[in-house]
Amino acid sequence: MISVNEQPLAWRENLSVSELLKICKYSFPLIIVKINGEIVAKSEYEKFMVPDGANVSVIHLMSGG
Amino acid sequence: MENKYSIEQIKSAHKILKEFTYVPKPVNKGYSGETLYVNLSTNEIKIKQVTERMKEIFIGGRGFGLWYLWNAVTEKTRWNDPENEIIISPGPIGGITQYPGAGKSLVVSLSPITGSAMDSNVGGYFGPYMKFSGFDAVEIQGKAPKDVVVFIDGDNGRITIEEAPLEDTNSHIVCEQLTELYAKDEADRLHVATVASGKAADHTLIGHLNFSFYDKRRKGTRLKQAGRGGIGTVFRDKKIKGLVVRTTNITGTSNNPADQALLNKTGIKLHKEIRRNDDKQCHMRTQGTAHLVEIMSDYDLLPVNNFKFGSHEKARQMASWVWGQKFTQGIPDGCWFGCTMACAKAVDGFELKTGPYKGDKVIVDGPEYETVAGVGSCCGIFEPDAVVELNFYCDTYGVDTISFGTLTAFAMECFENKVITEKETGGLKLNFGNHEAALELLHQMARGEGFGKIAGMGVRRMKEYFVKNYNADPKFLQDIGMECKGLEYSQYVSKESLAQQGGYALTNKGPQHDEAWLIFMDMVNNHIPTFENKAEALHYFPLFRTWFGLNGLCKLPWNDVEPEDNPKTDEPAKVPEHVQNYVDLFNGVTGKKIDKKELIRMSERVYNFQRVFNLKMGFGTREHDIPPYRSVGPVTCEEYESRKDRYDKQLKEKAGIDPAGLSTEEKVKKMREYREKQYQLLVDAVYKRRGWNEKGIPKLETLKDLSIDFEDVVKIVKSKM
Ligand code: SF4
Repeated sequence: MISVNEQPLAWRENLSVSELLKICKYSFPLIIVKINGEIVAKSEYEKFMVPDGANVSVIHLMSGG
Repeated sequence: MENKYSIEQIKSAHKILKEFTYVPKPVNKGYSGETLYVNLSTNEIKIKQVTERMKEIFIGGRGFGLWYLWNAVTEKTRWNDPENEIIISPGPIGGITQYPGAGKSLVVSLSPITGSAMDSNVGGYFGPYMKFSGFDAVEIQGKAPKDVVVFIDGDNGRITIEEAPLEDTNSHIVCEQLTELYAKDEADRLHVATVASGKAADHTLIGHLNFSFYDKRRKGTRLKQAGRGGIGTVFRDKKIKGLVVRTTNITGTSNNPADQALLNKTGIKLHKEIRRNDDKQCHMRTQGTAHLVEIMSDYDLLPVNNFKFGSHEKARQMASWVWGQKFTQGIPDGCWFGCTMACAKAVDGFELKTGPYKGDKVIVDGPEYETVAGVGSCCGIFEPDAVVELNFYCDTYGVDTISFGTLTAFAMECFENKVITEKETGGLKLNFGNHEAALELLHQMARGEGFGKIAGMGVRRMKEYFVKNYNADPKFLQDIGMECKGLEYSQYVSKESLAQQGGYALTNKGPQHDEAWLIFMDMVNNHIPTFENKAEALHYFPLFRTWFGLNGLCKLPWNDVEPEDNPKTDEPAKVPEHVQNYVDLFNGVTGKKIDKKELIRMSERVYNFQRVFNLKMGFGTREHDIPPYRSVGPVTCEEYESRKDRYDKQLKEKAGIDPAGLSTEEKVKKMREYREKQYQLLVDAVYKRRGWNEKGIPKLETLKDLSIDFEDVVKIVKSKM
């Protein structure tokens, strides 16, 4: 299990940040991903694997309007 | 496009009713120091001085507009009384060309649909050209007996009020005609800017204004809209066909800033940032705000079928890439010089399929996200060409696409629920998704006919009309009619974000997203979980965004692009580097020394003043800050069932109610009790943070602290407490 923006989500092996964003339907481009408090660079989204038990924050900046 | 009359005929039919000469004052540190007053009842034209106190308290733009309007009207004035004014002002930063998004005009008037002060922010060249012709604002009062054009000749210091019988009324024609008429030659058209509305503004309360700019690459006038609140209706009620300004005084230093080097430096930084990041971030330069369509659908925020739902599988038919293909690419589409964000996209050579211009090939400005969602998904319409056609006709007829979308969606839901039938609509089958019926409704508005006239009154009046004449259930209509304070909602589903419910309904002018857009912060990031957190956001962001309107700025370059290191800052949602840019721009133009705290204080003065303005006009108290339930939660069992898992979970975890064994109807009821209570608690927290009492009235100490405790302001506040 992991937590994404305080909501529980089932973990699975080889779960990359890109994959996680797809599962959550987080398609907004202005986001910041933090895993256990550390920012993951955009260029790392494909390679970076989310560990089990991770606390993930996907911070959406405002845009809109 | 076929012109009924030649430019020569139009010109020779003009009769000068009044001529006024003046010496244009050069702009100094963002202000010319003078404003123009025109009265169309008496043909009086005069110049007023801008005092230091006015600059200190009201800054410019929306602030100047509200101040002039406050002095022009009494609590008894209605939108169509001659005393009502239309004020246009660009603000001190407005007109610089070094920083993207710095050419906006703010328009203020008493609104026909809310009855109180309305402000609307618009691009195009009119505001900056007016300032470079010597005026920080133009104030138009009175009503002409016949159609007129007001012309400001900034080069020669001459203003005329001219009878204008032969011009068209619809904007895509009249703006071309006036541009040609007042330009010396083709190259000179760049120096002419116009304001116009359209035929539907004559017959509805949702008329908007088009502000033109001449696009020399397309060799045609482009239109940007001051959309909200029916100011186009006021414009046509005053019998104005067009406002025109011409000046050749347009250089990168016409705003005569205190520190040009600081503006250059700040601007270059953002230009580079846009070039580096826009293609990776919001694609504003290729898709404009339409980049949001599929994203909003993904997040359940795209209004579908009158805000019942937040997403639809067909939304992808109107996704960003579709617009990217329809928009002409490779043209720097800025609505003011120097805007490298260049999001004012257009569909060129669009062949119209309906209406009086059927078969014409036209330039269509947009559609922007709000239009795609408003006239599209909110009405269950997912055909891009129908959206473009609706967009075009709304623009040229002078109709706000947001209000049109929301009120048509409301009428559609009433039709589907048999509140109205073909008998009442005159044969229009107003089912969700029927774009032909939506277009015909729009054409009826322009002709002042049939159900179009009834719908054109807006959602609030339609509700009253249906109850009175068709025996409709007032409670159901109140729940589904997406208006607050009389203004139709703009196009985001706010059901799952309590903060955004407040972001809409706790606004001064009515539910428009330009005060606060907090949905991601609240609903997705869970960053503002407590009432106090939400109240803080509903204090800061509306004030921050108010500041753009005081200064003639566009909001988009603030947070639709961001520096690479923004994620590492302490408050990334505020985009701290850009906030500092705005501080630098203000100081660079005016020579003052504000900081980011003072920036918020500047807005706080005007914001609270506007709240008191609402009180003056008989609104501005708690009961006017309550949203329709459709904006808060599921009104119908159908809506509840569509998100059953989410709502059941919320009932259990948040409201402490076990949904097992409850019917959907019971669950809808319980959910409503819970959510309405939450909303009231939010209102309490926001009022407290804003320094207002429990009725929503600014406390006397708040007014004093902000130095807006003028005698008449205090008198009004005391009388309402
Ligand atoms: S960002 Fe877009 S709307 Fe704003 S000023 Fe630039 S072109 Fe106009």
